[in-house]
Order: sequence, then C-alpha cells, then structure tokens
Amino acid sequence: MDGVRVDGVERVFRARGRRGGEVVALHGMSLRAAPGEIVAVVGASGCGKSTLLELICGLQAPDAGTVRADPAVLMPQRDLLLPWASALDNAALALRVRGMPVVRARCQAAPLFARFGLGGFETARPAELSGGMRQRVAFVRTLLAGKPVLALDEPFAALDALTRQEMQGWLGRALAEEPRTVVLVTHDVEEAVVLADRVVVMSPRPGRAVAELVVRLPRPRHRTDAAVAALREQALEALGAPA
Amino acid sequence: MSRALRVVAPLVILLALLGAWELYALYGGVDRLILPAPHEVAQALACNAPSPTGDAPARCEDRALLWDNFTVTAGEVLLGIAVAGLAGFACAIALHLSLALRRSTYPLLAASQTIPIPLIAPLLVVWLGFGLAPKLVIIGLVAFFPIVVTTLDALARVDRQQLNLLRTLDASRLRILRHVELPAALPGLFSGAKIAVVIAVIGAVFAEQAGSSSGLGHLVQQSIPQLETARAYAAVVILSAFAIALFGLLTLAERLIVPWAHEPPQGRNR
Repeated sequence: MDGVRVDGVERVFRARGRRGGEVVALHGMSLRAAPGEIVAVVGASGCGKSTLLELICGLQAPDAGTVRADPAVLMPQRDLLLPWASALDNAALALRVRGMPVVRARCQAAPLFARFGLGGFETARPAELSGGMRQRVAFVRTLLAGKPVLALDEPFAALDALTRQEMQGWLGRALAEEPRTVVLVTHDVEEAVVLADRVVVMSPRPGRAVAELVVRLPRPRHRTDAAVAALREQALEALGAPA
Repeated sequence: MSRALRVVAPLVILLALLGAWELYALYGGVDRLILPAPHEVAQALACNAPSPTGDAPARCEDRALLWDNFTVTAGEVLLGIAVAGLAGFACAIALHLSLALRRSTYPLLAASQTIPIPLIAPLLVVWLGFGLAPKLVIIGLVAFFPIVVTTLDALARVDRQQLNLLRTLDASRLRILRHVELPAALPGLFSGAKIAVVIAVIGAVFAEQAGSSSGLGHLVQQSIPQLETARAYAAVVILSAFAIALFGLLTLAERLIVPWAHEPPQGRNR
C-alpha cells in the first residue's frame, strides 16, 4: 500500500490552434497521502487542483515527475447521476460496469443506503432528490468502487451553504466508518480544516504546494471551534488572502 | 395558455387556411384541374366526388381506392422507418466508436442525401424489382440520415467528466456504451425519428412514383393525367394526417420511454 505519492510533477497543456500557447497547470507539485490519511488540497480556481486529481486517478500522465498511487476513484463536483436510473442503480453502477449482475449489485449497494442516510430513497430517480441527497448517492457509488483511494473534487461546491455544512459533517462520519485514503480538493478552507488530517495549500498557476498545515484536532470538529478558526486563518494567510 | 385557447387556436388557424384556399381556388382564376377547392378534396375523401368536369354522375369509389392504397403506403412507411431506425442507431454507434470510420464515411452519408431519388430508382428496380424492397431502400435512405445525425450528436454530448468517472470505476468501453451512452442516446434517436417519419412519407411517394402499381404515391401519379386532381389532393391530405399521427405517436412514446430527457437538469449547474 502506497497511499498517494506525487513527486515533482509537471503538467503542461498546449493550447489548440496555431498560436499554440502553453499553459503550465502544475510545476514541481508534490503531495503525499499515507494510507488512511485524509489530505485536503486548497488553492485558488485554476491552480491545477482538478488536474492533480486526474493524475492521481491515472486519467492523465505527468509531463515530468512521478505519480504513484493505489487505485483511485474520482468523485467529481457534479454528481453525474444517470437521470434514467434509480438512486440504488446509480450507486450500483460502480459494480455493474465491472460486470456484476444487476441483482447482486443492488443487494450489495442496498445496505450502504441505510447506513448513509439514504434509506427509503432506493427507487427515487435523481430528479426527485435534493442536491445533498444526490451527493450522498454519488458518494455511495464512489465507495462501492472498492478502491483504497478516493479523489474528491470539490464534492460540495455546488450545494447551498447550509446543505454544504450538513454534508461536511456527514462525510466526516462516513469516512470515520469507512476509512480510505482521501485526497479532497476544495476551495473552501474551512471544509479542509474540518475534514482533513493535513491541509496542503497550492499556489496559483502553475500550481505547486506552498504550505502544509497538520490538523491535530479531535473529531468531530465544528467550524465554530476556536482551533478550527485559527487553522483556517493560517491557511488563508498561506493562500495569500488579505487579512 | 388556457385550455380552451389551446384547443381553439389550432382549429382557427386550420379553418383560416382552408378558407383562404377555398376562396383562392374559387375566385383566384386558377384552373380547378390544377388547384381543386378544399370542398372538392373533402368530397373525394368522403366518397361522393363529382367529376371535376361536371358531366359524370356522383361516384363512390374514391374512398375505397384511397383506403386500399393508403394501407400499402402505410405498410411501406412503417417498415421503412423501422429499418431506418435500426440501421441508423447501429450506424451512429459504429461511427461513435470509431473515429476513423466517422472521418471516412460521415461525409459520404451526408452526400447520400443529395442523390435525387428518380436518378437511382431505375437502378433499384433493376436490382430489386417492383415489390416492397426498392421502396424500403428509398424510404430507408431518406429516413436514415436524420436518425444517424441526432443519435450521433446525443452520443457525443455525454459529459467528459462522466466518462472520466466511469474510467476510474474500471468500466470497459463496451460497458460504458451499454450502461451510459446507449441510454443517453435514446432522446437523440427519438428526435431523429420524429424528423424521419415525416420525410419517410415523402420518400414513400417518390418511391411509388418511380415504379409501383399501388400506394398513394402511385395514386397521385395516376390521378393527375386522369384529371382527378381532387383525388390526388385527397391522397396528400391522407398522407399528411398519417405523418401527423406518426409524429404524435413518437412524441407520446418519447414521453413514456425517456421521460427524464425533458426534466430540468437539477443539481447539474456548474
């Protein structure tokens, strides 16, 4: 088990067309996540956070440097649930696309529904679910992939503030029950401090890690805790936010 | 829009169009053998058609004639649509899966739509005779293209992030196709089929005129030199009603089979 090891990675995108400018998304980016560790990555929009996750998931290859990671599954910001399938079938998709017969896949997904606050919503179609519930279904789908590493790409950014707070608490409890190696990309510094063991701060593009905060606080944490607030201020300072 | 208005508005428009046509046919100075009035077309439909020359007694064979020929054409159109739907869907999937195939044959498919039917009809008669087969080829040819285009577009619109997600779920190409892309392409298939049914009816008329002994297209062709213009127009009215009915049926089927295609994309905002 490696967890995640990203060392000195560079990723360059060449713009299409003749003018052919280059965009350096990542430059000298390094990141470690020990097995079972929750690492949050914060940074401004466009700093290469999503690229980092795609590298970890093996969806892209680095132009320089190395990426070594246990098998990882992506949970994008948008839930990307299939509108024609029930909530249960959406979660079970992770098993179906690996060839599991439908009945077995449903049987395996159903217990997770009860455990993660989705009991009774098995047959609901995505359009009938609230944003928070949809993200829960997406998370159950992510868990059912059975991968040791979860790559969460701003999973709650599309939710309203209240639902987001509720879902952060929910995710904290879910990860306590189902420990995984997690790389959580977010632009919400508070979310990072509440959920993660370690917060890595990225510079604006070209992105690289410029600071790291270890969060040694007991769980569950609340955004109103003084220690959380203090770490949040530290992280914001590292991001270069005006005080 | 109130319910009453929804019912009344289309009727008013239809009546206004018919009224304008009637007035123009009666007083516009156009020969009635070239443009019959709506009431004459209605008489042809209702079986009590006097000959436009006015010297023959009222006859009643028009309705039976129209009906018999309609069943022939309807069969051709339904079969042709089914063939075009299956072939178009399969073709769209093949083009979607292979960039090389798409690059090399998509332009040819577009070009196939520019072939005038009268040009190839004799060839089809030579190859396939005068039966159902050449009609199906012609109807299939005109109905196939919109189905390919709309289905292929729907396949291409599947979210890139969705595909990334599926790859991290270790989904193979074929399973991505089966579980995600095929269902996502169904609304495209329906859109294409709705266009296709209408032009399939035109295709059937051309196909019958190119070599046939029955069908409404054949009847239209026969009626004109026989100076039975009203009957020809009656045949066209039936064809229009048939196209509307098929379109309506497809719309209904679409609502039943892919209801999710028309719901607001909740939670899908960026």
